[in-house]
Amino acid sequence: MVKYVLKRLLIAVFVVFGVTFITYALFRMMPDNYVYLKFQATSQNNPDWEAQAERVMELYGLNVSVVKGYFTWLGGALRGNFGNSFIDGSEVVSKIKTAIPVSFWMNLIVTLLQLVIAIPLGIRAAVNQYGPMDYATTVFTLLGISLPSFFFAAICIKIFAVDLGWFDSSLGLLSIDFSGNLFQKIINMAWHLVLPILLMTILSLGGLMRYTRTNMLEVLNADYIRTARAKGVHKGSVIYKHAFKNTAIPLVTMLAGILPGLFGGSYVIEQLFGIQGIGYVSYQATIQGDIPFVMSYYLFMTVLTVLGILLADIMYAVVDPRVKLGR
Amino acid sequence: MNEETKLAAESELAHAPLPEPDTRPEEDLSERVKTLSPGQLVLKRFFRSKLSVIGLVILVMLFLICFIGPLFSPDMDYKTVDYDGAEQITAEKITYEVNGETYTMYDIQYTPSINLKGAPSSKHLLGTDENGRDVLLRLMYGGRISLTIGFVVILLEMIVGVILGGIAGYFGGVVDQIIMRIVDVFYCIPQMPILFICSALLSANEINGFARIYWLMLVLVVFGWAGTARMVRGQILSLREQEFMLAARSMGLPAGRKIFRHLVPNVMPQLIVQMTLGLGGIILTESTLSFLGLGVPIPYSTWGNMLSCLTKGDFSILSDHFNIWGPAGICIMLAVLSFNFIGDGLRDAFDPKMKK
Repeated sequence: MVKYVLKRLLIAVFVVFGVTFITYALFRMMPDNYVYLKFQATSQNNPDWEAQAERVMELYGLNVSVVKGYFTWLGGALRGNFGNSFIDGSEVVSKIKTAIPVSFWMNLIVTLLQLVIAIPLGIRAAVNQYGPMDYATTVFTLLGISLPSFFFAAICIKIFAVDLGWFDSSLGLLSIDFSGNLFQKIINMAWHLVLPILLMTILSLGGLMRYTRTNMLEVLNADYIRTARAKGVHKGSVIYKHAFKNTAIPLVTMLAGILPGLFGGSYVIEQLFGIQGIGYVSYQATIQGDIPFVMSYYLFMTVLTVLGILLADIMYAVVDPRVKLGR
Repeated sequence: MNEETKLAAESELAHAPLPEPDTRPEEDLSERVKTLSPGQLVLKRFFRSKLSVIGLVILVMLFLICFIGPLFSPDMDYKTVDYDGAEQITAEKITYEVNGETYTMYDIQYTPSINLKGAPSSKHLLGTDENGRDVLLRLMYGGRISLTIGFVVILLEMIVGVILGGIAGYFGGVVDQIIMRIVDVFYCIPQMPILFICSALLSANEINGFARIYWLMLVLVVFGWAGTARMVRGQILSLREQEFMLAARSMGLPAGRKIFRHLVPNVMPQLIVQMTLGLGGIILTESTLSFLGLGVPIPYSTWGNMLSCLTKGDFSILSDHFNIWGPAGICIMLAVLSFNFIGDGLRDAFDPKMKK
């Protein structure tokens, strides 16, 4: 077990290394980098701009080869020096810290709602296989997977915010003409978050529901379920105690994989609703070529993803004694 | 004596002419028992599921409309319709007084008579968009590009995935280690951000027009093949221990033949299912990129960039002109949904554990 985890960790380090290198190399392939463009814009009242740009680029290892520049960045990052964002000059770590909470809380609520709604529905669908409930669940699930998030968001904004007027259709977390105390502010912000959270929940329900249904079906066809029913155990007890416990095994492993998802933002939803979460901020940084910010954020996300996958595998062995880790 | 007569009777029977060989039972068997090849069984199961048939019908219709529909129109998707060069000229006479003197001025405005944001009519069934282009026509041309991108990308992904996954799974050892570490890296790359970077890269290198579509496909393949390779490798790892592979080895077949003639066909069912489900995902990814203005460039229309008018800051399009962006969204949804229906149906149909 320890040997297996160590081996996996070693691979994980390699993967993080690979992912960050590819990301860095892609950024460096851009013909005009952000620093150069930024200093060029000030060229009128700053005759010394070329030298200044050179200095900043040297500081960030942008004027050397890709490999050398990558190790300059990596060396800094390993010592905890992630640099400053090119766009607004603020420290990268603090910029990430200010952008993440909104996205994190939204993701947390979405994940909880998803668990509460999807698992019971998945069980229901599996118990009444090929019944109307099952068909309804399947169609709804696949609809959720198939709806493009931007289209669904646009429709919901049109119907609920514009036509019905239930929500404020302006962008951002606060109404434009907002004034009031802290409590009213919280209410106002919550009001603006209802629609995006609902959207994200509906769009993400499908996968979990389907997963629960598939695994539940497999367990329900097992012999010991028939034995339990034949013994006269109550149906509800068979489903929720005998069967569900075994369905929970794959579910637990899936939940371990949710870890990175909590800290990532939804690019499209945050963009459409004007929420300045990590998705929005990192999107802006990415298309503008803000190397220090984007590299640090992707490093963070890649580490979380790799850990999530590793955690899922370990959890699998923990909850299911039949699974042997190794090799 | 008794014994003798019995023997005689038997011998008499032995000399009797043989009865005509009966050919009926064979016919009877094939009439009574309907033999189905595995492929037919899969098809039968597939067509029994209502959802997969619905998906197939929707998909075929989308294809027919997108590829045949534009043939009936002389215009291209990026052409401004209803514009014959005529301009509406309005003149307004403005008179004002400065220091007791009267000045007269004419404010003349030239407005090209373009049918902007036109409502659906008999001439333009879905109306016109914010640049005066026919929405239905754009929808059909857009469908061509969106669907083609989906198919090309998934096909290339499958080819790369099968080759690398097959080699890794069959040879194992160091080869497997090397390939799988590369797969791990590509599997863990955050997909959307890397696509943003690649698009920014394409824009920065001024790759526009039709070439950009090819590059987009390439990028989607490069960052999408890892899943297929993982799946193929996993399947082959278990398949190569089976008896038929022992037979193949004892016949002395070369490795390439063993992999691609004996192992890969056995992975086909899972591969086809994953391809069908993946097609929907690629169409969604492409449309999301195009929606954000990072995918297929204007003037080419795809379903995704027909919705990008919502990001341009003109709120009236969202609130009042559903006919401009709604149909494209519905088309994306229908296409992805039908791919998911078909993939789901295929998975059930291929599953030998399913009864009948």
